Amino acid sequence: MRAAEPRTLFHKVWSEHIVSAETGETPAVLYVDLHLIHEVTTPQAFAVLRELGLPVRRPDLTLATMDHSTPTTPVRTLADLRVAGEGAARQVEKMQDNCREFGIELFGFDSPHRGIVHVIGPELGATQPGKTIVCGDSHTSTHGAFGALAFGIGTTEVGHVLATQCLLQRRPKTLAIDISGPLRPGVTAKDVILATIARIGVDGGTGHVIEYRGDAIAAMDMEARMTVCNMSIEAGARAGMIAPDDKTVAYLFGRPRAPKGREWDQAVLRWRALRSDPDARFDKECSLRGDSLQPMVTFGTNPGMAVAINDPVPDGDSSPALRKALDYMKVPPGKPLTETPVDVVFVGSCTNSRLSDLKQAADILRGRTVASGVTMLVVPGSQQVKREAEALGLHEIFKAAGAEWRESGCSMCLGMNGDTVPQGKLCVSTSNRNFEGRQGIGARTVLASPMTAAASAVRGRVTDPREFL
Amino acid sequence: MMRTITRIESRTVVLPLADIDTDQIIPARFLTTTSREGLGKHLFHDWRYDERGSPRPGFILNAETAADCRVLVAGRNFGCGSSREHAPWALLDYGIAAVISSEIADIFRSNSLKNGLLPITVDEASHRWLLENPGTAVTIDVVSSTLTLGNGMTLTYPIDAFARYCLVEGLDQLGFLRRHEDAILRFEESRPWTP
Repeated sequence: MRAAEPRTLFHKVWSEHIVSAETGETPAVLYVDLHLIHEVTTPQAFAVLRELGLPVRRPDLTLATMDHSTPTTPVRTLADLRVAGEGAARQVEKMQDNCREFGIELFGFDSPHRGIVHVIGPELGATQPGKTIVCGDSHTSTHGAFGALAFGIGTTEVGHVLATQCLLQRRPKTLAIDISGPLRPGVTAKDVILATIARIGVDGGTGHVIEYRGDAIAAMDMEARMTVCNMSIEAGARAGMIAPDDKTVAYLFGRPRAPKGREWDQAVLRWRALRSDPDARFDKECSLRGDSLQPMVTFGTNPGMAVAINDPVPDGDSSPALRKALDYMKVPPGKPLTETPVDVVFVGSCTNSRLSDLKQAADILRGRTVASGVTMLVVPGSQQVKREAEALGLHEIFKAAGAEWRESGCSMCLGMNGDTVPQGKLCVSTSNRNFEGRQGIGARTVLASPMTAAASAVRGRVTDPREFL
Repeated sequence: MMRTITRIESRTVVLPLADIDTDQIIPARFLTTTSREGLGKHLFHDWRYDERGSPRPGFILNAETAADCRVLVAGRNFGCGSSREHAPWALLDYGIAAVISSEIADIFRSNSLKNGLLPITVDEASHRWLLENPGTAVTIDVVSSTLTLGNGMTLTYPIDAFARYCLVEGLDQLGFLRRHEDAILRFEESRPWTP
């Protein structure tokens, strides 16, 4: 008997979810195990269901929260809700109505489980190895840290999943990225992924699912792995995956939606088989030396425009896009970013708002203060992260330093909820996109790790966090 | 349900920059809508208008020559970033029917095809020619997947057979999926584990 063809982690998860195989004429019908929904990319999808008189096929596999348009100040009344604007308030109300009408459990304002959709999925144990997970949000790639196949979809596809629990998909290609270790002190998962995107480019992963592997990845905790997978889309890849291991299993044990009893034992056996076979072939491969990485910062207007913090910003002569980016950012070429004055610091977003991220920022801020003239916002990824941080007294460290401590949400990552960076101001941000105007009209964004963000808040200029180690 | 699209004849409008992201196509603050309609006025908003809401004279969509152009030629990797379907909705509402580049981001491409906006990728040389010849008249024949350039050259562009069928026939993809109901039920019942 011929040995089975070696398969990648992606192929194993993909093939387990084929309802109908793809042909030359038609795409595969792919089953979705977990559908995450939020208020921004769903109202038009629910409208289609209502128009056609269709129910939500599997409300039990649908997990709803509100994160993008929600204020990060406490909401007790409708007036509180309106601080994020009329449109945002209407969208939030629509979400409540839609979930009620279609029988979907919503982690809304009064829920202790509310938070950024990509933070609460793992936190609740709903995110599990081997699942297919989709959401009308490109950072759904986050959940791939557990060995799930997780990717962002558009609103029309949200409607498809609500109605049928399936999607029409062509099989993507695979890209293996090896990161050797160990990482040096002061270098985090955020720096690893920024360096990776700088290397392969913002379209380096287009058409591919990435599998991250190597010693540096194996050494990371689950929250760090989520940071890496989160930004796969910034390299153009819809999904990024990491094979489950002991850390994955330990993270999920005892979580509210993780399997229990005998089902847990069976699940763990299944999860442990989810890894690429030794001889599995990828369409593309690439490797980075983790031990030579430095803290990274972006200098331009896409996440691939990043340099090691003490390296000079490149010359803008090489391309019109780079020239336009430097012009927008008002950063001089040929010099490191470390001299650049900072106006705002944001610690938060689905990339870096988990407890370990907040701890790293707090470690630098402990006993120090935010420089005068700098506004610092710390926004936990979920209400649970908020409670855990408060139990450790992190909120007291942030507040004593002069930072604002808020309720959970997407907040200043994309400024939909009223938390914006003022025109022309420079923000060191732990979020995922430094596109023009992303954090507010005319806002200038420097993406960095929570440590770099905190160090920059203290000094009032872009700062290498290793100065504080 | 979806509009059918078989042939597009138009002059081109060119945005030569690479990596134009969906935050530029439609900034996040306009995503608080609960409708698909009316986003055209916000298309490329912060490139198109200044702080006071006046049109920026240097931006190509504000030029008279861009009026009635239904084909957008853009730099490499158009539509990267967020999954917001508001991006193709805004382009369509504005009047764009096709986007041509040497590379188009995955989610934007998928969203476009589901709304009858045609994403076309062409080889580097043709792309360069299109970037260097703004306003050229092009003809797109969706049925034969061909693009005829203003210089008379005709090229065949790659498109998924199913996507083309959906565009030409206006196929309702949700209806197509729902025809798999029996297979979906069988799949759910036969799984060795349940999510």
